[in-house]
Amino acid sequence: MSKKSFRQAINEALRLEMRRDPRVILMGEDVAGGRGGTSGVTDAWGGVLGVTKGLQTEFGEDRVFDTPISEASYIGAAAGAAATGLRPVAELMFVDFVGCCLDQIMNQAAKFRYMFGGKARTPLVIRAMYGAGFNAAAQHSQALYPLFTHIPGLKVVIPSSPYEAKGLLIEAIRDDDPVIFLENKVMYDDEEDVPDGSYTIPFGEANLTREGDDVTIVAFGRMVNFANEAADRLEKSGISCTVIDPRTTSPLDTGTILDCVADTGRLVIVDESSPRCNLATDVAALVAEEAFDALKAPIRRVVPPHTPVPFSSTLEALYMPNADKIEAAVKSVMSYRMKEEV
Amino acid sequence: MQIARDILLRSYRSMRTIRDFEERLHVEFATGEIPGFVHLYCGEEASGVGVCANLTDTDTIASTHRGHGHCIAKGVGVDGMMAEIYGRSTGVCRGKGGSMHIADLSLGMLGANGIVGGGPPLICGAALSHKLLKDGGVAVAFYGDGASNEGSTLESLNLATVWQLPAIFVVEDNGYGEATGASYAVAGTQKARAEGFGMPYYECDGTDFFAVYETAGEAIKRARAGEGPAMVHVHLSRWYGHFEGDSMSYRIDGEVARERAERDCLVNFRRRTTEAGLLDAAALDEIDAAVKAEVEQSVVSAKAAPTPEDADLLKDVYVAY
Ligand SMILES: Cc1ncc(C[n+]2csc(CCOP(=O)(O)OP(=O)(O)O)c2C)c(N)n1
Ligand SMILES: [Mg+2]
Repeated sequence: MSKKSFRQAINEALRLEMRRDPRVILMGEDVAGGRGGTSGVTDAWGGVLGVTKGLQTEFGEDRVFDTPISEASYIGAAAGAAATGLRPVAELMFVDFVGCCLDQIMNQAAKFRYMFGGKARTPLVIRAMYGAGFNAAAQHSQALYPLFTHIPGLKVVIPSSPYEAKGLLIEAIRDDDPVIFLENKVMYDDEEDVPDGSYTIPFGEANLTREGDDVTIVAFGRMVNFANEAADRLEKSGISCTVIDPRTTSPLDTGTILDCVADTGRLVIVDESSPRCNLATDVAALVAEEAFDALKAPIRRVVPPHTPVPFSSTLEALYMPNADKIEAAVKSVMSYRMKEEV
Repeated sequence: MQIARDILLRSYRSMRTIRDFEERLHVEFATGEIPGFVHLYCGEEASGVGVCANLTDTDTIASTHRGHGHCIAKGVGVDGMMAEIYGRSTGVCRGKGGSMHIADLSLGMLGANGIVGGGPPLICGAALSHKLLKDGGVAVAFYGDGASNEGSTLESLNLATVWQLPAIFVVEDNGYGEATGASYAVAGTQKARAEGFGMPYYECDGTDFFAVYETAGEAIKRARAGEGPAMVHVHLSRWYGHFEGDSMSYRIDGEVARERAERDCLVNFRRRTTEAGLLDAAALDEIDAAVKAEVEQSVVSAKAAPTPEDADLLKDVYVAY
């Protein structure tokens, strides 16, 4: 066990799985970098933000390699390779680039198993960065996990910390279905204690990062940190919250969410993706359907407005959910009174 | 070829403006005050300017993530651009787009683009507008060697020929897409790609304004005359990292220094025009001084400009909703 960054945790998960299984390969734009350059330096970048640094040096160019800027073909190639014996991890860099290769994910990889009558296995992992807060503007800041969650056949993982990232990525690589693994780009330098060895975190099992009696907060990815921060502040003013990190949005641990709402009777959902048809609406629908009687207050969603992500820092800060907004939402559900109580 | 004096002066001024704007951004970015990603066009100025010197405001261009040069070459003002890069409400996109999304449709500038390969299909559409609206305009897609490998780019080459569009595909080949060399990533040749899609291929030294101006001019003239699309392959070098902060270990030591010393489009332009007696050094010096002041002022104004108002967050998602 030692302190590791989110970046290191992901790098280690890839390294350990590549050592364990020679079928695991890594491809993407500049996952190594330097190929075709005049200096002859290889592994020049190790990913645009250095996440895959050193992997080509250890595993060689046959297993860790750069692709041309041709997402439709290399993501599709990864899907095809997965269906025929390899276990590719393909990096899409920014998840926004999925626009260039969605067919290969949505109509191909996701559907093989079902369309082919259960006869295909597609052990593919697509890693991509998501999220606002980097001043990267409208085409490099989206949180597109609802898009993937919507598609039957895909599994979708959103790790909320270095420990989570390592265990979930190892699980993703060992999983026999296509998995979309989304890394919040603002979190790469976050650190915490992470075991040195291999471990897995199963999909579809939520993690409770705080336990309390008054309000259940469901938060995704980086939003878990904000929810924890809000919960800690609220604790001081006498409001105790349960914070649920679902870890995977597909499969989704509906049981834990419903159990917690049954206990607290109040629900706040924090999701940094665009507000229409996002994960917050999905969880809200689940609870409205399955736990209506338990609710003591309306469900509140802390989500961005229905706009693209703005560039300017001031607008981007306004756009993002944060601990203050979560705190306000929790207080508003706590102060809600049913009609007959008034 | 005889080029009018005013075109020469205007083009020199554009190239100088791009150079100073980018060099200044390089310095400002290092202070940490500029948010987001910035990709500099230094060393490539003659390409954007040489092409755009053949265009008017009626014509359309689409740019890339490395878009500042194309914007300036198409006439977008540096004040509005600098303010945009600083995320201010006085920016050309009101602070909502930033460096990678500078656009001014009133000047036929369809935008820088954060998506590699985003421009070529849009340019087919712009060319279609020019063709069907019969406004005499042409549409030009600038894109890199890296972007030449996107399916969207290759499909656009096909579409432009099938529809006989007044579209020009300018491949700005600086030898790298991020940290990956074109010698690895680009299969075959741009020439074979153009010819494979049934369009003429032109190539030129992208650090030589005259070469770009004349070569692109021919392709543009053809397109304007209704003779269909063409590819112009421009050979260039980028002087800074892919984005600010890239150490460029993938390039051999001295590569950039040599490019700067030998293939500086501004130095070459000045030498050629003054030696041939086309322009006198004093006129060029005057432009240098004026541009320096203009860029300086753009930084001062940008820093002093207000940030967007909170209400702007919700504005302009739709025309009407
Ligand atoms: C669809 C898509 N894929 C990848 C990227 C990341 N990216 C941004 S610029 C770039 C390199 C582009 O190279 P090139 O087209 O040669 O242009 P240059 O940077 O050399 O001007 C890459 C891979 C992107 N922005 N969009
Ligand atoms: Mg390039």
